[in-house]
Amino acid sequence: MAVHAEHLAHAHSESWIRKYVFSTDHKVIATQYIFTAYFMALLGGLLAALIRYQLGWGDQASPLLERLFPFGAQGGVIKPEFYLAIITIHGTILVFHFQTMMLTGGFGNYLIPLQIGARDMAFPVLNMLSYWVFLASCVVMLLSFLVEGGAAAAGWTVYPPLSVHAAAVAGSGLGQTIWLLSMALLIVATLMGGLNYIVTTLNLRTKGMSLMRLPLSTWGVFFASVIGLVTFPVLLAGAILLLLDRHLGTSFYMPTVYIGGQLVETRGGNPLLWQHLFWYLGHPEVYILAIPALGFIGDIIATFSRKPIFGYRLIIISFVVMTILSCIVWGHHMFTSGLNPYIAMVFSLLTILISVPFGTIILCYAATLWKGKIQFTTPMLFAIGFLSLVVTGGLGGLFLGTASTDLYLHDTAFVVGHFHVIMASSVLFAIFAATYYWFPKIFGRFMSESLGKWHFWLTFIGVYATFVPMHVMGLGGMMRRIYSPHAYQYLQQWVPWERVISIFGLILIGAQLLFVVNFFWSLFKGRRATDPNPWRANTLEWQTSSPPPHLNWGEEQPVVYRGPYEFSRPDTAEDYLPQNTPPVGVEVSGNGVR
Amino acid sequence: MAVSQQQASSRDRRTGFVLGVALWLFTLATLWLFGANLHKMPPPASDFAPQIDAILWVILGISVIGFVGLHLYLGWVALSRPAEVRAIYLPADRPKEWLWVLVPIGLLLVADLTFDHMSNKVWGAFFGKPPANAFEVEVTGQQFAWHVRYPGADGRFGRTNPRLISDENPIGLDLSDPAARDDILLINVMHVPEGRPVMIYLRSRDVLHSFFLPPMRIKMDCVPGYTTRMWFTPQRKGNYEIACAELCGMGHYNMKGLLVVEDEQAVQNWLAQQTPFSKRGQ
Ligand code: HEM
Ligand SMILES: [Cu+2]
Ligand SMILES: [Cu+2]
Repeated sequence: MAVHAEHLAHAHSESWIRKYVFSTDHKVIATQYIFTAYFMALLGGLLAALIRYQLGWGDQASPLLERLFPFGAQGGVIKPEFYLAIITIHGTILVFHFQTMMLTGGFGNYLIPLQIGARDMAFPVLNMLSYWVFLASCVVMLLSFLVEGGAAAAGWTVYPPLSVHAAAVAGSGLGQTIWLLSMALLIVATLMGGLNYIVTTLNLRTKGMSLMRLPLSTWGVFFASVIGLVTFPVLLAGAILLLLDRHLGTSFYMPTVYIGGQLVETRGGNPLLWQHLFWYLGHPEVYILAIPALGFIGDIIATFSRKPIFGYRLIIISFVVMTILSCIVWGHHMFTSGLNPYIAMVFSLLTILISVPFGTIILCYAATLWKGKIQFTTPMLFAIGFLSLVVTGGLGGLFLGTASTDLYLHDTAFVVGHFHVIMASSVLFAIFAATYYWFPKIFGRFMSESLGKWHFWLTFIGVYATFVPMHVMGLGGMMRRIYSPHAYQYLQQWVPWERVISIFGLILIGAQLLFVVNFFWSLFKGRRATDPNPWRANTLEWQTSSPPPHLNWGEEQPVVYRGPYEFSRPDTAEDYLPQNTPPVGVEVSGNGVR
Repeated sequence: MAVSQQQASSRDRRTGFVLGVALWLFTLATLWLFGANLHKMPPPASDFAPQIDAILWVILGISVIGFVGLHLYLGWVALSRPAEVRAIYLPADRPKEWLWVLVPIGLLLVADLTFDHMSNKVWGAFFGKPPANAFEVEVTGQQFAWHVRYPGADGRFGRTNPRLISDENPIGLDLSDPAARDDILLINVMHVPEGRPVMIYLRSRDVLHSFFLPPMRIKMDCVPGYTTRMWFTPQRKGNYEIACAELCGMGHYNMKGLLVVEDEQAVQNWLAQQTPFSKRGQ
């Protein structure tokens, strides 16, 4: 893919709008994704603050709340239907609009072409469209708070029949329709993105970049995209059926029921069908997050240990196994649903077996640290925090994946603790690590290390103090998704816990302000990244200027001679050896870098 | 980089020290949090409860090993001074060294299969054929209450039909069925005998609910259009709360019932005092 100088010159004369708004440059699109996804994260975080306020002090009226939400919190107390809308939108936008889009649309988009030595995505226009459809999905989702009945309130899993009839819960009016439309847009956006990432990774690799020389970040986004292409369409189909049930009188999910004082006669349907369709995506979705997160962390750990990743091939094999297993374990969300008990046993075994590839990767990363020259930069701190969190969260998964113990723990705070440690927190740590690590590349300036370290410490303490106690409450029988713990006698002993958790949760949310300040301050005032490769890393994105030029490389694309993690080789003077540095004695005709 | 190599490495050592200490403290704090509070679990009150708890303890034990092991290691890595000169060089792929990873993973696999096996036994008992002499009750969930039905003297539950549901007839009992005439229908209260297997048939008339008995360690969803079931043998007399564990709408947090476990005789006496549904208001 040789690009002529003529073309390069032309690119620079494009209008401002074409360059920064409707751009087809993967770096600009990625930046748009990153900003949008972080914005959604802020909103999701604010919703979390409301949830923690309600669970900690819900019995006390607050005039401020009434002023903020005259409809949702009349009298200063959050109403149950508003609470349910809050948890539903909190879960939805943080899983999908923040984490999914940040990892794939944001960092994946940015890194893939740079790490494989390409000039852009295979389908730049599709890439641009993907972002705009995603943005539409965000706007539509947020509008739903304004419609009659409020936003969807059936939980992020929107189980029917609750999600079918407005009489069942207020949010199942227009709010639920909007939720489904927003999700449909989001799915379309991920499919356009995913297709692009797969094709680009397979076809646009530069000379010498064999598959076994790909950095783990690119591998991670690649496998996530494969999972997404296999499973997201199923949720899209499910969502369309749900829309039909809601508006056109079909009954895919609806048996004859009696809701809100009225008989809802149907020709028979099955609510469990939705659960299968939802979790057929819903479970793989967590691997759409976990695998890229593991990939980014791999790159970061290698760089800051100054060591080759331990067991690179073993990790790729584990990714493949996880990709396959992730698509055949969804039934573990349905152990108590009336699922056939024989099938449940298969699901249970397969689920527990996921700990094998998962553990393999963690141990490979742990072994990478062994006798390294570790540099405790902010990204590295978040990476080590990530290792701690995935182990804690993954072990929690064993309690849930075991069908018999899930009879007790399903739908309790234990589940909430589990997925907030392993998904909400560890994936968040991967996103933060990636942000601190690639910020100088993306924006040409460093983020502040001292603010970054404070951000790390408060966040690390915050997530442990907030989410680990939830496991204990869950073992105590505390249900999830309850508006107040006051109704049950046996839950009274946990009321003070809810309050303490809320205090730590609010500290955790507050600590993110440090990040916001750091991000914007560094964007304009941060130390300049004059060295294109400040971390002395080997992957290709560091071998071009910061930020990289339009079309990423100068006249010629880089040529790759080795794998991505050749650190501390005894036969080199420096302790790193970039992928595109020609071996001694090789005649080079310019590798497109300098 | 702007800072000198030396400055950077002394700062790294300080950060590493704090991180190592923090990781070990987190480990201790987590162990303490679990250890000091597990006694707050609802005391087991059925035959399944201790069996399920036993699996919980096995998994917990394995988890403690994995959790402590990894954190000891990470803390040690952070605390030990980073290599002064250069990291050791281990080429990426030397399958013989993979054993460092594959051996612990093999042990994990053995552990996985162990508790999976334990789980299957309990699971098989729970979903297998219940004992023939089971005491039968039916529960129908509604937003936001539990309708509890006893079959009456004939031991048979009468037909129901959603089209007959009304304020007066909350589960749509079809009184044209002779078996329905002596059915007893109550709300939010259930009495069951101690020491005899209890079979509960679960249904819903509107949305999903989940019938949750924390001291028995079991729950099962109520799915409209289905009849699901759960059984257990109560082992301890007392009053227990019935909770709804599946989000079912505004009042989900308050969908509470009362389970009374008492002598068989006391249950029979209590049942004898209840008016069958068909004779209500006559
Ligand atoms: C060893 C690995 C893991 C195992 C064995 C495992 C097992 C489970 C099981 C069985 C459940 C269902 C619990 C229930 O509803 O009763 C669950 C829930 C969940 N897990 Fe995991 N998990 C693992 C790793 C992960 C990872 C890596 C993520 C995400 C990055 C994740 C995210 C979630 C989420 C979001 C839920 C809750 C969904 C909901 O009900 O709202 N898990 N996990
Ligand atoms: Cu899952
Ligand atoms: Cu309920």
